[in-house]
Amino acid sequence: MSLLALAPIPAPTIEYGTLSPLLLVFGAAVAGVLVEAFTPRYLRKSLQMPITLLSLIGAFALTVWQGTQGVREAAAMGAVAVDGPSLFVWGAILLLAIVSVLLVNDDDHFVAQASAVPGSAEEDQAISQGGAHTEIYPLVLFAVGGMMLFPASNDLLIMFVALEVMSLPLYLLCGLARRRRLLSQEAAMKYFLLGAFSSAFFLYGTALLYGFAGSVDLGALQQMISTQLGQDNLLYIGAAMLGVGLLFKIGAAPFQAWKPDVYQGSPTPITALMASGTLIAAFGALLRVFWVGLGNLDEIWQPVLWAVAILTMVIGAILAITQTDIKRMLAYSSIAHTGFLLVAVVATGNLQQNAAALGGILFYLVAYGFATVGAFAVVTMVRDAGGEAGHLSRWAGLGKRSPALAGIFALFLLAFAGIPLTSGFFGKYAVFAPAVAGGATTLVIVGVVTSAMAAFFYVRVIVLMFFSDPAPEGPTIAVPSMGTAAVVALSAAATVVLGVFPQPVLDLAHSAAQSLFVR
Amino acid sequence: MPWLSILMGVPVLGALAVAAVPKGNDKLAKQLTLAVSLVVLALTLAMAAQFDPSGARQQFSEVHDWIPAFGVHYAVAVDGIALVLIALAAVLVPVVVLASWHDAERPDAKRSVKTYFALILVLEAMMIGVFAATDVFLFYVFFEAMLIPMYFMIGSYGGAQRSYAAVKFLLYSLFGGLLMLVAVIALYHLAAKNTFLQPELIGAITDPDTQKWLFLGFFIAFAVKAPLWPFHTWLPDAAAQAPAGAAVLLVGVLDKVGTYGMLRFCLELFPDAAKFFTPVIIALSVIGIVYGAIVAIGQTDMKRLIAYTSISHFGFITMGVFALTADAGSGATLYMVNHGFSTGALFLLAGFLIHRRGSQYIADYGGVQKVAPVLAGTFLIAGLSSLSLPGLSTFVSEFMVLIGTYERYLVPAIIALAGMVLAAVYILWMYQRMMGGPATEQVRGMADLNLREKFVVAPLIALLIGFGFFPKPLLDVINPAVQHTLTSVQAPQFTPAIPAAADQKGPGE
Repeated sequence: MSLLALAPIPAPTIEYGTLSPLLLVFGAAVAGVLVEAFTPRYLRKSLQMPITLLSLIGAFALTVWQGTQGVREAAAMGAVAVDGPSLFVWGAILLLAIVSVLLVNDDDHFVAQASAVPGSAEEDQAISQGGAHTEIYPLVLFAVGGMMLFPASNDLLIMFVALEVMSLPLYLLCGLARRRRLLSQEAAMKYFLLGAFSSAFFLYGTALLYGFAGSVDLGALQQMISTQLGQDNLLYIGAAMLGVGLLFKIGAAPFQAWKPDVYQGSPTPITALMASGTLIAAFGALLRVFWVGLGNLDEIWQPVLWAVAILTMVIGAILAITQTDIKRMLAYSSIAHTGFLLVAVVATGNLQQNAAALGGILFYLVAYGFATVGAFAVVTMVRDAGGEAGHLSRWAGLGKRSPALAGIFALFLLAFAGIPLTSGFFGKYAVFAPAVAGGATTLVIVGVVTSAMAAFFYVRVIVLMFFSDPAPEGPTIAVPSMGTAAVVALSAAATVVLGVFPQPVLDLAHSAAQSLFVR
Repeated sequence: MPWLSILMGVPVLGALAVAAVPKGNDKLAKQLTLAVSLVVLALTLAMAAQFDPSGARQQFSEVHDWIPAFGVHYAVAVDGIALVLIALAAVLVPVVVLASWHDAERPDAKRSVKTYFALILVLEAMMIGVFAATDVFLFYVFFEAMLIPMYFMIGSYGGAQRSYAAVKFLLYSLFGGLLMLVAVIALYHLAAKNTFLQPELIGAITDPDTQKWLFLGFFIAFAVKAPLWPFHTWLPDAAAQAPAGAAVLLVGVLDKVGTYGMLRFCLELFPDAAKFFTPVIIALSVIGIVYGAIVAIGQTDMKRLIAYTSISHFGFITMGVFALTADAGSGATLYMVNHGFSTGALFLLAGFLIHRRGSQYIADYGGVQKVAPVLAGTFLIAGLSSLSLPGLSTFVSEFMVLIGTYERYLVPAIIALAGMVLAAVYILWMYQRMMGGPATEQVRGMADLNLREKFVVAPLIALLIGFGFFPKPLLDVINPAVQHTLTSVQAPQFTPAIPAAADQKGPGE
């Protein structure tokens, strides 16, 4: 007692205004939990949905408000960096989360009662009673909050906490698919085990780097790398372990194995959220760690990331060709896109070069995020008796059956393939151009060659949809709910607008990137 | 008046209108397409009438910022070369629309008739855009985006192997295009001018090694597109499987983007590299001329045969482009236009034959000239234009290419002459097998050309004969533009007074 009296601990200062988007999302998530606890079952959905959607929209508005406020700095005693890239990433994650929540809102994606054994009488009973897990909404909010904190955290411990806050709800959500529940549970289990494993790597890396630098603060770490001599083993091993944890989250080879299984097994709205939001968040965190924390170590990690980028692009593009399930194919395509993004991550140089590369990555993430959410939204609509028609052969002749939907899906595929006049083309250009300027021309050549390979499997789906005869008992096209229709329309519009008139978003990305990361 | 933007805007709006035509009203969709394409033709002719050959090099210029962050402009303008190619596209589209009147209605075609015609109009806008673009990035956008409508035209409305052909076409072109993208990015970065405007980039790259790499990036894309031997294998498949109208646009106009790109971008942006690679390219061209002709002789499928003759003709065009003499350059440009008319006529007549007989194999025909004399006669004229008979416009261009090449590359020019001889073999032999002899059982009831089909063929035949006797209007427009191009390449002009120039060794020696 007397000790405390002698040396009073200074109260930490929290910039509530700056952190308001984060606080709103987390607050709404907690409110969602309270709703689960205290309201009758029949009221829950009608409360949860507005809470979730309004809080996300509100957080987006607050992010925009913060964006107009000018100078950026590390908030909460230097733990959370609210800088240009963070705000941009927040905005992107929130928009994509809003869109994904509209998909989540469709009832029949999620299990009626998660604890019921698949195929049991109990399950049938739960379905017939119309059971539903409204906990999904607060879980999504927690995950989104984690996604926002992850790329904004300015020290490694906060980053680890954010990583877990983001991942734990996702592990759960993965296992909640209504149909093919065993596959879904398997996906959740795999994701959880591998994710926990990678988190352990991340944490151990953090510990080693703390041993090296005496601080978990990214800025301090960067300082120490240029001043501290003779502790290289700690530094290198720590950096490598941290890298493993982050590369796992973005799904870069050789840590990509979880992606196809998890994307396939998860309820499709959650897959959409992961493929867009998690990827953006993880890239933000990866950039912060490698560019800020390990910024003075770039001669060491650049060659490694070169190899990882090449491996990721090649594995993603080649394995995607052999896929027969639409969601697995999109997962491998996501791996290939991760590789394209990594091309710009290694393209560091002077400040201007870094800003150009960062701006390109941010633009790419937004362009890819919208196209991918749109693509998964279309996947939810193509159904047969067993739920979504996952197998590619079931998609044959879709263009005949439902030209509009197939046309929109073809648009997303062309965007993935990077055809001009779609968002994907400018995304690709935005990351490849700084890479060439940064001297990574070899990587870019690998990138375009793998793009051409990747184009093959996108085009193959178009061939199936438009040039093949329809299967006699082909899948039915579910009449989309308002939410799903809005998602598809919004994503298609974003894909076209970003492909024809990308300047405003490019400007935004570049002005966000101009300040680079605060230390 | 923003002529070029209007020229692109009209077909795009027309395509939207055609796509919006209610289902089941296919005739209206076709008539609308024809009307729109005729409007575009009229506008093109009106623009061409105002073009001043002796005036500024780039005319009807429009420059607007498109994506300032990347230094990309919406910049369009035409010189003589671009003008004649735009005119070629504008002439061919209405002809193709009229010729394709029943093409999309085949029971096995997967998509609606109006989509086919809407795609033609979208493609027309992009064809005009690609020739008019003076911004390298804008050119690239059109260059790649053009693939998509053509891909759907082949894949949805083509023959039995259509999806294979469509995918092969798309992937070959995409691969070449993506390599070009790297070169485009590198050009922008190395030039460090913060702009993609082609006139400003001329002379920006001076380092010879850099020029060579960038040249290769552009050239391979164009060589795939053109297609130059050995990048040609997609063309016979695509052209044979595409519906006749799409094949005309593919071979007649789209492929010209490759040779046009060589002339406009490879030569002007990387003159030193162009000179360095000239021997190799001339050699490839000559191989293409002879190879295309020999393989054409061996074809049993007439659409494949026509596709291989085109490979031979594209050899002449690239040879003319890279001979770097005024005659060869003008000849090559003229060749691009004439080849469009000549191959267009051949493909469309082949399409009429296939529509009647239901087979594209030469062996299934025989004695057509007895039952359908007009069809056979026009087929003969189109065929003769393909073998460059004097009096037909293709002769002028082929002759100019050979003269221009002969000035600097004696041996390649002589070998290329063999291509002309072989052309006589493949065309006349095909004609003999299909049109001569006794009429076979299935051919006996074949109808001659109806009025619509006569309207399709007549303008093309008229153009072939007209420009064969009087190519001056085209050459007046083309010559100054080619001169400009060659001046920026600074190729030493051939002058007979200096014998040394004639002694230059060709790659064959």
